[in-house]
Amino acid sequence: MSVTAHAHVDDHAHDDHAHHHKQTFVTKYIFSQDHKMISRQFLITGLIMGVVGIAMSILFRMQLAWPGESFGVFEALLGKWAPEGVMDADVYLALVTIHGTLMVFFVLTQGLSGTFSNLLIPLQIGARDMASGFLNMVSYWLFFISSVIMVCSLFVEAGPAAAGWTIYPPLSALPMAQPGSGMGMTLWLVSMAIFIASSLLGSLNYIVTVLNLRTKGMSMTRLPLTIWAFFVTAIIGVVSFPVLLSAALLLIMDRSFGTSFFLSDIFIQGEVLHYQGGSPVLYEHLFWFLGHPEVYIVILPAMGIVSEVMAVNARKPIFGYRAMIASILAIAFLSTIVWGHHMFVSGMNPFLGSVFTFTTLLIAIPSAVKAFNWITTLWKGNLQMNPAMLFSIGMVSTFITGGLTGIILGDSTLDINVHDTYFVIAHFHLVMGISALYGMFAGIYHWFPKMFEGKMMNKNLGYVHFWVTAIGSYGVFFPMHFVGMAGVPRRYYENTAFPMFDELTDIQVLMTVFAIITALVQLVFAFNFVRSIFYGKVGPKNPWKANSLEWTTPQEHIHGNWPGAIPEVHRWAYDYSKVDENGEYVIAGQDFIPQTVPLQEGEEELQH
Amino acid sequence: MDTTVTTGTAKESVWGGGNQPLGASYGKMMMWFFIVSDALTFSGFLASYGFSRFKFIETWPIADEVFTHVPFFHGNYPMIYVAFMTFILIMSSVTMVLAVDAGHKMKQNAVIWYMFLTIIGGAIFLGSQAWEWATFIKGDYGAVETNGGRILQFVNAETGERAALADFAKILPSERAHHERKNGVWFYEEGYKPSFSLDEVREGFLANPNILIRTEAIVQEGEREGHKTLLTREQSLEKIKDAKLVVEGANLIRNEYGSRLFADFFFFITGFHGFHVFSGVVINVIIFFNVILGTYERRGHYEMVEKVGLYWHFVDLVWVFVFTFFYLV
Repeated sequence: MSVTAHAHVDDHAHDDHAHHHKQTFVTKYIFSQDHKMISRQFLITGLIMGVVGIAMSILFRMQLAWPGESFGVFEALLGKWAPEGVMDADVYLALVTIHGTLMVFFVLTQGLSGTFSNLLIPLQIGARDMASGFLNMVSYWLFFISSVIMVCSLFVEAGPAAAGWTIYPPLSALPMAQPGSGMGMTLWLVSMAIFIASSLLGSLNYIVTVLNLRTKGMSMTRLPLTIWAFFVTAIIGVVSFPVLLSAALLLIMDRSFGTSFFLSDIFIQGEVLHYQGGSPVLYEHLFWFLGHPEVYIVILPAMGIVSEVMAVNARKPIFGYRAMIASILAIAFLSTIVWGHHMFVSGMNPFLGSVFTFTTLLIAIPSAVKAFNWITTLWKGNLQMNPAMLFSIGMVSTFITGGLTGIILGDSTLDINVHDTYFVIAHFHLVMGISALYGMFAGIYHWFPKMFEGKMMNKNLGYVHFWVTAIGSYGVFFPMHFVGMAGVPRRYYENTAFPMFDELTDIQVLMTVFAIITALVQLVFAFNFVRSIFYGKVGPKNPWKANSLEWTTPQEHIHGNWPGAIPEVHRWAYDYSKVDENGEYVIAGQDFIPQTVPLQEGEEELQH
Repeated sequence: MDTTVTTGTAKESVWGGGNQPLGASYGKMMMWFFIVSDALTFSGFLASYGFSRFKFIETWPIADEVFTHVPFFHGNYPMIYVAFMTFILIMSSVTMVLAVDAGHKMKQNAVIWYMFLTIIGGAIFLGSQAWEWATFIKGDYGAVETNGGRILQFVNAETGERAALADFAKILPSERAHHERKNGVWFYEEGYKPSFSLDEVREGFLANPNILIRTEAIVQEGEREGHKTLLTREQSLEKIKDAKLVVEGANLIRNEYGSRLFADFFFFITGFHGFHVFSGVVINVIIFFNVILGTYERRGHYEMVEKVGLYWHFVDLVWVFVFTFFYLV
């Protein structure tokens, strides 16, 4: 792999005649095979999808708070779906469905994993690039195509898919079932099939890169925890996404070719359809065999980012490094044998339900190990309260809050009482939605200088972003638990027909107001992000005084990452505040020891 | 061909970085992980098949009675042809191993020949699969479907053999206008039409006292355990009243063999596998020409042959499972 010295910050690449590796605008910014550029492409695509997804949630939150009221914004954005400004019930379902799909898959799977695995795996393990730059590029462009198709599906005449992000048949299988079951559903399935291919190519690359391209001295137990998280996330993806592909292909056969895999004995408008013998529960099994690992695909990268950011900003080694790795592996293993807890009321055998309860509750163990390790890492640390650190601490908070309700939902006897209520919504938004978003924000604030050639994001705007988001998102999802306990069902367009829910309307208004405030403050982040790309102040080469390898690369992006030889690694990534027997820092006046620094005389390698 | 693991000094561990800990290039490992992924897709399908079949375990069609044909031969030869197909596919795996081995030894001509044989084996398998599908779609005896969607088959009481609709159906005079485009009238294409109408089958059945009805249900105990239930003539006369339409052969909606899911899964899983074999043959052909052109000779190793070999063995291994679950058990 050749190394060219690109010494430019923001000039256009096509002016760049000085180098023998000439890059055109197309090969540098569009069909790039460089992991750093691909990472930026993933991030920006993911953020745009996030804007759409969050905007949708505001629309349906407004409908929940003020059911049936007319809003100009509905009329402006939804057009014929909001006659005289009142939201139509079909589009409510469509908004809920697409919000879920966009946030889970496009923002928190590829937006998060795609961005940070691509950016950090080569940089932190000491590699010139991903194992296969070409497949990496293909992975991004498949993601891009699937994003475009998903967005296009919003504009088809009968509306986008509206069967919920889990697209259970028969709603998803019979084109005549509801308006969104027609072309909208077809486009959803096509988009997701392409998405699965993108995810597979990305994951294959991440796995083999971590296995084969670690630099000399970078043993598996010297890897930063980010890399462990991305590595295991990719493995879960390779194991679970193909089963979603099975489900999607069988569903396409049912939809378009008349097979009966998931359908049986259906009457529509008095007419009996020919389907016989299939089972929608079979679809649920196949879907949740992906669907549950998927939530760990979402949360594990956030956990890895938080572990790294937290150790750097607490100026302390991460507590229980090997326990962290073991718990990542345990979570990954357990994630594949718990899917039944989504199906306690599907008519599944109750004995099987108790087995799934057991395996589900086991996940509390590695999760608690991680939570306690983070807290212990903070304990007596020299905490640097920058935005990345705040979001990391916020992630631990929301993960614990959301995790505790997971114990209730994982138990079949308790779950049945709150199944499909807002209690579930509150649980998973805190434990995987907000937590993963916090992890993503922590990562963006922390690695922004690496991603955008040394430029730093504005710290004060970051503080505003964090505090309003932290208060606002608890403001949305904390009261939601009580609404759910009171029995309000999810996915209902309005609850005005139930007098028992009337007194909850004020809480719905409260949550919606918090949601609007929280969404608006994301604009501060967006402003900060875009402004910093162009006008951000260039900080020091190693702005957070971190140990890991990515900060040894030059600020300007060059193909191949290191201008000379790849550095050799001599220690783990967490030698922060390490002292010798006299109580002095090992390197005088410096509380961190980069991984490239050989063991000093008389220094002992920590038995981590 | 393999780049040997750089052990360096004895102190360095295999997982210490700066080497290939599993002794495999990234491309070969990607192929392995792709195979893991693809295996899980097939597992999803086969688990669904098991789930559905178990649900209808008492009425599932008996494979020995469905796959009984051999090209160019008449008669009842259950499983013979599919055994031949399986043998060919496994032999193509053997030739693939020999190709990889020849590649290790840098014997270009041997690689060319073994790749060629592998491709031929894959092509024979695909052709056989197409024939198998065609036979399955065409059907052999024909059956009728009841109002409840169950399949009724017919048996000759004297011989105990299955009776084809043509053996007993009575041709009734009927008037069918046959339009052609040039006639200048508006008409729909005829579409699928069975050889005999329901009335013809029913009349023929009533006129032939030695024809009995066989239902989907498998006898669970007694002398005929494991066979389909055979009704008496009286029961048959009662049952034929339920008949709703004539079914010949198989499609994705209904089939003459029994449960609808039987044909659905057969078409889908063997089709998905066949698609994999087809892609495998195409990839093998590309590699075959690369070998002839000497691409790998110049590259100094035949790892590409090894990678497509991995895929080819995987496809064969999947067939072993498909074969087991659809034909043997």
